[in-house]
Amino acid sequence: MKRWLSVYAAAAFGFLYLPLLILSAFSFNRSKFTVWEGFSLHWYQAAFADTELSEATVNSLVIALTATVISTIIGTFCAYGLWKKNSRALLGSLYLTLVTPEIVTGISLLAFYQAIFRFLHARLGMHTVILAHVAFSIAYVVVVVMARLRTVDPRLEEAALDLGANEWQAFREVTLPAILPGVAAAALLAFTVSFDDYVITSLVAGVDSETLPMVIYAIARRGVNPVINSLSAMIFFGFGALILISQRLEHRGSA
Amino acid sequence: MLLLMIAPLGIVCAYSLLTRGPYGGVMRPWSIGAYGRLADPLYATILVRSFWISGVTTTLCLVLAFPLALFISRSGRRKNLYLSLVILPFWTSFLIRTYAWMFLLRDTGLINTVLQTLHVVRQPLPLLYNDGAVILGLVYAYLPFAVLPLYATIERMDVTLLEAAADLGARPWQTMLRVMLPLAAPGFIAAGVLVFIPCLGSYLTPDLLGGGKTVLIGNLIQNQFTTARDWPFGAAASLALMALVMVLLAVALRRRREALL
Repeated sequence: MKRWLSVYAAAAFGFLYLPLLILSAFSFNRSKFTVWEGFSLHWYQAAFADTELSEATVNSLVIALTATVISTIIGTFCAYGLWKKNSRALLGSLYLTLVTPEIVTGISLLAFYQAIFRFLHARLGMHTVILAHVAFSIAYVVVVVMARLRTVDPRLEEAALDLGANEWQAFREVTLPAILPGVAAAALLAFTVSFDDYVITSLVAGVDSETLPMVIYAIARRGVNPVINSLSAMIFFGFGALILISQRLEHRGSA
Repeated sequence: MLLLMIAPLGIVCAYSLLTRGPYGGVMRPWSIGAYGRLADPLYATILVRSFWISGVTTTLCLVLAFPLALFISRSGRRKNLYLSLVILPFWTSFLIRTYAWMFLLRDTGLINTVLQTLHVVRQPLPLLYNDGAVILGLVYAYLPFAVLPLYATIERMDVTLLEAAADLGARPWQTMLRVMLPLAAPGFIAAGVLVFIPCLGSYLTPDLLGGGKTVLIGNLIQNQFTTARDWPFGAAASLALMALVMVLLAVALRRRREALL
């Protein structure tokens, strides 16, 4: 039984990883087709030379970084508030955002913007995308930070207050350092969901705010393109390394 | 957050009750016509289809995830490593994971190329752009969602119960069927909900791997808001989807409470 399980697990991990590894391997293929013709970095050069791709990458990074900073700050305070004072309404709306299908979030944000723009004469663009990303990543941040807060002893903060710290000092000097690894993990999660999002972004994006997933999607719809293979390999290994490093840090933080 | 998430949902509610404007958009009078159209047989087919595909995907995910979760929970010190390996693909781009399957499955893709080179098939097999490809893509995407809750339940399981079953003369498969699976029921429900809900609202996978032929609720909503520009109907459809999700969650949570009692 034990051996069967091991064989099965190997197959399951193969199922999870082989498609991405094969895709990455073929990004080094000289040929445009699915026939191996020798090693080449041609598609990586093509990916870096493509202005549309590099513009979209810059857009994606700007959006993801801004949205991460904003949502991490709001989300951390949100979690802190929920930790101190349990609010069913807020907790309920939190879970509501987590289970809302992406497409519904996207169209409701679009409808919301359109309704506001009637009064403000504004247009869709980078700011609407950033706002949308903040909106959907807050919930992820709150969940991750809350998990970390549960391990914190509330009496520590009370002790700080008794010793003469004001509430802000107690939060900054006592609670915040204790949950910092959780906040970092939450920020990383917010960054990845923001960088990766296509469905919501494509609905609320304006002409000047095309993101990397939108370009990849447009190319993928037309068929397979080796430039995307090289791009995928870079994203896969880049994010993979980022996640592994962060998990190391987190384990060190909790040990 | 109330402002950013709940207000937009409220506006969608309002939109679903308005009439479609001449240039798209919405206008008065208020009506419930959009909801009436949801009952149209065409859309009922889409709904049934969404449920069918999500159901098959969920079942496959549960069946595939259970042995993997069992394996991880029995692998001692390597547990964390294996768990990270399960979660890692979830962190990398959803779009790219879907694209990887396009690369493998298309007519001139790797699988067909290999099969043709080996003379197994003469014509490329039609692997992409059908329901099978959509289900495969969804299983691939949401398998980690099923593994984690199952792993958590197996981990919490009282091992002495399994030992007791063995001591009382149960064969390994009997222990599995009669003791382990019933004990893991809450995990199965949690995993099922976690997989079924995103599947029901999925948009990208059916779009890319189904080639637009497999229209699910998600695609229908997106289409109403972009190409068809019928916002009230799109809004009504998304609220219907939300309602379905809520009902499913409520049922699952109630079941789970019973199971815990």
